[in-house]
Amino acid sequence: MHPILFNFRRLTLYLLGWSILAVLVADQLATSGGLGWVQGAALSAPLTLFYAFICLSSWYACRLTPLSLRSVESVLTIHIAGAVVASFVWILIARAAVAALSGLKLLTVSREHLTRAAGLLFGLGVVFYLLTVAMHYVLLESEASRQAEERAARAQILAREAELRALKAQVNPHFLFNSLHSISALTTVDPEKAREMCILLGDFLRRTLGLGEKTLIPLAEEFALVDGFLRIEKVRFGPRLSFDEQAEEGVLRGLVPPLILQPLVENAIVHGVSALPEGGWVRLSARRGSEALEIVLENRFDVETPGVPRHGVGLANVRQRLQAKYGSRAGIRVDREGDCFRVSLTLPFDEKADGI
Amino acid sequence: MAEISAKYRAVIVDDEELARRLLRELLGGHPEVEVVAECANGFEAVKSIGELKPDLLFLDVQMPKLDGFEVLELTGPVPAVIFVTAYDQFALRAFEAHAVDYLLKPFGVDRLKTALERARERLGEKLPPPADLATAARPPAQFLERIVVKDGTRVHIIPVRKLDYAEAQDDYVALCVEGKKLLKQQTIASLESALDPGRFVRVHRSYIVNLDRLGKIEPYGKDTHVVVLTTGAQLPVSRSGYARLREILEG
Repeated sequence: MHPILFNFRRLTLYLLGWSILAVLVADQLATSGGLGWVQGAALSAPLTLFYAFICLSSWYACRLTPLSLRSVESVLTIHIAGAVVASFVWILIARAAVAALSGLKLLTVSREHLTRAAGLLFGLGVVFYLLTVAMHYVLLESEASRQAEERAARAQILAREAELRALKAQVNPHFLFNSLHSISALTTVDPEKAREMCILLGDFLRRTLGLGEKTLIPLAEEFALVDGFLRIEKVRFGPRLSFDEQAEEGVLRGLVPPLILQPLVENAIVHGVSALPEGGWVRLSARRGSEALEIVLENRFDVETPGVPRHGVGLANVRQRLQAKYGSRAGIRVDREGDCFRVSLTLPFDEKADGI
Repeated sequence: MAEISAKYRAVIVDDEELARRLLRELLGGHPEVEVVAECANGFEAVKSIGELKPDLLFLDVQMPKLDGFEVLELTGPVPAVIFVTAYDQFALRAFEAHAVDYLLKPFGVDRLKTALERARERLGEKLPPPADLATAARPPAQFLERIVVKDGTRVHIIPVRKLDYAEAQDDYVALCVEGKKLLKQQTIASLESALDPGRFVRVHRSYIVNLDRLGKIEPYGKDTHVVVLTTGAQLPVSRSGYARLREILEG
């Protein structure tokens, strides 16, 4: 779609600009061409208006020869050739116009005068065409930069949405439903415990809510979240669930993406204790390697019952987030040994957010 | 006398103790329902349902060992089943398995009352038991990953990749797994429709073969063939079975 031809405001401005050029052409025809003022103006007005539209066609040539992709020579060659052709057409039209006007006594232009004016018209035609080319390039550039800005803004929104979706997906709503059901049961069986559960759940939710804006949190906070989660699940599963958390001195100050362990711990429950009639355990430990932070999550799983899809979405999600944030500096490993399922995370140890 | 006969015998199946206690407590307000057993996993449930033949079953979906649908598949139809779960995504499957209701945790007295009213209607209707529960309860657009078989009091969970072939035997199918044959009450057609057609082929009116076990195909008589499995077993192939095999193998 032509940016000027199909935009009324732009077209008006464009033709207004050309009306100034029309005055210039009339002046040149009158002085250098040896025509009278009236003759010059009568010839200039229709010719210039016509040429204004011819020059609009250079937009297509500009679009096909983007400045960033073509060499200077080829751009110049294409547009100068265009200018010569357009201007030549213009001269032919001018001759036709003179022939048409020759019927009117007042406006008769002698063949001699016209030949003299032709060289001048041709030069102006080339210059005007090239001016239009320059204007089209300006328009193309501004359009391109506007689109680039729009794209960047859209990409940012998409990235933000993806991150939020990821965070939301990490706290499984069924965990809430099950917890509420447990509270409902406890209100008569053990009111004290029901109250404790409400407080645990409240703490857990408040912690997760605050995490949306943060890109990194100390491991201590992440551990606190996991601990809160496991204590709630412990109320639900009772003696079937046991868990243990260990962290070496100082390691809890290291920074990690928020909720990076949460989906893994949820997996450890769903595929571990909740699939084992006699119950299971979850072990979380963190230690500091030479440069890296090493976090290991282990859970017992049911070796005998096959066919249950294991650790799909949650694990992929964690892997993706680590990859996006740290690239090859972080890793995730999954292995099983007997009835123990183990996920090991390695990420760069950093205590300050700007270190990343 | 009428009041005693109106009693419904119920079994509660849920792996969470608190959930079982809550349900039992809420059922305390309904003296017409008598809880005859509580089960903490699928194996216990299959056993209790087989022995006690309850009228009413409260059934959790996600449980250790066997899920709720597999329990129903093994026990055969129970007159009134109410699913109890925190997950809403099983609702469609539940109703396809002819559940009378689907309770979403957490629920309260009122919702339970509605479910019991529905159960009472169902029990009053004395409908014939639903025909083939196994296929009805299969999740849509998803093929079987494991097959559950009851063998006396034992329950086998067989990953389908371990199945060599299946053979029709009247109302049963014989599943050949690691040299052993296990009988399951299911038609071969319903088993066929539950298995991934890219991995299992009905080579004959009476046989389904695991493509991973395919050794060779040899002509046998005028229009028929036999397949020789990697286990050594030989099975007849019908003309249409041969066409299906070729279609899949040639791709």
